[in-house]
Amino acid sequence: MHEISVCTALRDEVLRIAAARGARAVKSVHLRIGPLSGIDAQALALAYPIACEGTACDRAALVIDAVPVQVRCNACGALSGVQPQSLACGKCGNPETTIIGGDEMLLSSVELILEQADV
Amino acid sequence: MCNDCGCGITATGPLGNGESAPTETVRVMQSLLHRNDAIAARNRAQFNSGGTLVLNLMSSPGAGKTALLEATIDALKDELRIAVIEGDPETTRDAERIRARGVPAVQITTGGACHLDARMVQGALKDFSLDGIDILFIENVGNLICPASFDLGQHFNITLLAVTEGDDKPAKYPVMFRASDLVLVTKVDLLAVLGDFDPAQAEVFLRGVASHATMLQVSARKGLGLGAWFDWLRNRRATMAKVGHGFSYRAHGKSPQAFVAGN
Repeated sequence: MHEISVCTALRDEVLRIAAARGARAVKSVHLRIGPLSGIDAQALALAYPIACEGTACDRAALVIDAVPVQVRCNACGALSGVQPQSLACGKCGNPETTIIGGDEMLLSSVELILEQADV
Repeated sequence: MCNDCGCGITATGPLGNGESAPTETVRVMQSLLHRNDAIAARNRAQFNSGGTLVLNLMSSPGAGKTALLEATIDALKDELRIAVIEGDPETTRDAERIRARGVPAVQITTGGACHLDARMVQGALKDFSLDGIDILFIENVGNLICPASFDLGQHFNITLLAVTEGDDKPAKYPVMFRASDLVLVTKVDLLAVLGDFDPAQAEVFLRGVASHATMLQVSARKGLGLGAWFDWLRNRRATMAKVGHGFSYRAHGKSPQAFVAGN
């Protein structure tokens, strides 16, 4: 359960961005998480509101974009979607592949609620 | 609709008064652990400047990390100056075991946390001097999931897989085994008694997660296969002394070029 530590780091980063932009609150937080990142998206979603309680992001929606595992074959060059525990080329079966996607744990964007403009 | 769970919040924002506040979307695209990674990079720079090779030992609880360190220290302490950082949820027992072997050891008790992070290692480095230390072992918390995600500043990741576990562990824990530079199959003196762990099958599973890691078979208690492990250490140490860093790039997805450039 390292997702609490990850959420604490995430919250601090989101609050830093919000403060730097002079935002009043955070509306949504968008992540890209792949199964090879070692982060469990469900555990992250559970831990997130606990980490954010009482801060400017405690009402922010957490939107997690699950990224599938994709490899490029070092032999035939094909791109294929594969399972995390078996990263061989989906086309020719060669075990020598390069991970193209699926190991991300990225904060992709933050949607901020700005101070109300004076009318 | 209630006042507790957030179901009453409208799309206009959390004000609840119907006014729509202006919003701004900030594109970030950085790792969730980028603070940790920045501290790890500082740790690594410190290790490089002092010429200390740093190895992160990971495994399930009870796979024999401390026993491997004891056997390694006994065999090499007159040849290489070794220090150890011990990570455990509780107790200083492992650091005491290491100090009894005559080498400096610092215990990090994580207070229940399931992994070490770069800040904990940075804190431990204040407690003892790395001057003249050839190899620093960081014994991570026994856990095959969480430690794999946290760069500590190490040069290489070493994962132990005891024959008392299943030989399919690499398939079950692909993140950990993919991050490993060396896999040590431990307690191999028990292979004959157990009969259901096949080292060749473990290697098939390891290659299945696109790992090029060297796999060695050892028994720390019976002194089996330790020569190849010691040679691995000597070779990495010699490379470190020659080029000033550990040439580790596999962990955390860095390219060899980026690592050599110090990025």
